[in-house]
Amino acid sequence: MSNNKPIIETTDLGQRLNGRDVLRDINLRIEQGEVFALIGPTGSGKTTLLRLLDLIDKPSQGKVYFNGTDVTESDRQRLDTRRRMAFVLQKPVVFNASVYDNIAYGLKWRGVSRENVHTRVDDILDMIGMVDFHKRNARMLSGGEMQRVAIARAIATEPEVLLLDEPTANLDPVSTAKIEELITDIIQQYRTTIVMATHDMSQGQRLADRVGMLLNGEIVQTGGWHEALNSPRNREMAKFVGIENIINGVVVSSEDNVVTIGTDDSVIEAVSDCAVGEQIHACIRSEEVILALSRLSSSARNTFTGDITRLTFTGPVARVEIDCGFRLVALVTRRSVEEMPLEKGKKVYASFKATAVHVIRRG
Amino acid sequence: MTKAIELIVSLDPEVMQIAGRSLALAASSCAIATLIAIPLGSVIHFNSFRGKRLLVNIIQTLYSVPTVVVGLFVFVFISRAGPLGNLGLLFTPAAIIIGQVLLVLPIMMGLTISALRGVDVTLTDTAISLGANRFQTAALVIKEARFAMLGAVIMGFGRAISEVGLSLMVGGNIRGFTRTLTTAISLETSKGELELSIALGIILLFIALVVSIVLNRLQQR
Repeated sequence: MSNNKPIIETTDLGQRLNGRDVLRDINLRIEQGEVFALIGPTGSGKTTLLRLLDLIDKPSQGKVYFNGTDVTESDRQRLDTRRRMAFVLQKPVVFNASVYDNIAYGLKWRGVSRENVHTRVDDILDMIGMVDFHKRNARMLSGGEMQRVAIARAIATEPEVLLLDEPTANLDPVSTAKIEELITDIIQQYRTTIVMATHDMSQGQRLADRVGMLLNGEIVQTGGWHEALNSPRNREMAKFVGIENIINGVVVSSEDNVVTIGTDDSVIEAVSDCAVGEQIHACIRSEEVILALSRLSSSARNTFTGDITRLTFTGPVARVEIDCGFRLVALVTRRSVEEMPLEKGKKVYASFKATAVHVIRRG
Repeated sequence: MTKAIELIVSLDPEVMQIAGRSLALAASSCAIATLIAIPLGSVIHFNSFRGKRLLVNIIQTLYSVPTVVVGLFVFVFISRAGPLGNLGLLFTPAAIIIGQVLLVLPIMMGLTISALRGVDVTLTDTAISLGANRFQTAALVIKEARFAMLGAVIMGFGRAISEVGLSLMVGGNIRGFTRTLTTAISLETSKGELELSIALGIILLFIALVVSIVLNRLQQR
């Protein structure tokens, strides 16, 4: 983030479609030069929000400001502002024309001279590594290539803001890597402000500085990635950011912000300012859970014994499910599983620190 | 049959003249109808207004309007006692063209609307997001639908060249003046001149075949 000036700001933005509130009370500040990720499950309203930010649709309520100017209503202003932005839609659509013409469209619509269009398109083709493709009909390209053309077409106009909707959805890993590389190049070369919707958490982390979490049409949280991943505001968001251990309980005691949480038949210690009697969810990331075959003498405040009920491998990582009165999931390396060794039915000690527990108030 | 083929192969002047006139009339009607149908169809597609759906339904219903009904309508207008009677259009090629334009307008307009509607809505969104104004967006959508729209024109041509009732009623089937492939077939058959009828029929079928091949090619694009 270069400075604190918002390039896009929304106030109480809402969109009602077919009698349903798709978006509600969106108050967002996108700062100049930042890469902002919008994350949320499918159907949470990410695309609708991007369409409002790009001024394609008019909101049912609220306002959109671009560089401090209200651009919500006037059609002239909407077109002028839209021409300072670019939006790459989720489904890569290319026009039934050559790759060259596809990239040139936005420039021609802005009345850029033929020579300048030529120079600009050549530069962009070079950047996306598709110089040899310039005469090809864009409809004949693969999904990944089409998406590269779509992004190239968007950045050809040198937008101040680039909006990307799930830029790698439905692409194979190789194409995904190429698109991410292209986005990284754009970030480095142009310092463009980027707002990207994604449901791929790791992609968001690789590319974005800041994140806004959208759930059921509302922004539930904005901030840095660490906060988003470790301190989600509600249970749905906790599940979405990949927290597998979400245990219901009630605060039974509290001392110096260390609370004891009573679950069905055990207690968990956590750091929280929740008061006694409050209903909560205790969230523990599975990578924070340590497994041992005997009781460890450690600083971890929480240790449970249980039997392994399931063991699955994904690459070098193993996911271990343990029944300790409640279901607890731990992520360990394949090597640990082999060396300890761990197997289904084996009794283990599972530990995690009180500081590894994120407490969310229920209700 | 042999005689009929001979008439075609020997490029019989009368046969060629009738075929040429038919093609010229249908092409003229088609060109005029295209100039009206494509802009009008586009205006209907790109604008939202009350009764749009009803209008499109009416246009689609008119696809199958009987040629004799259009013939009657034009006849009433251009006959001596009609509102345009003083123009002396009845039983002239111009009358046939007017009739054919009215006949093929609905089909061309309706298919133009369908062609434009068939363009992926994301494409329109993409154009808008790239900074296209209303006209630029419409131009792009029309360009994207060009093959389907050409299909609409060819369908119109097919209907114009194959109609018979209208040309008979308002053209009068005058030899060397308003006689077309279809009216000639009708007349020659009733006179028992089957060779000439078959020769003209083969030419008509050949034109229909060409139209169909072109249409298929376009639909594959």
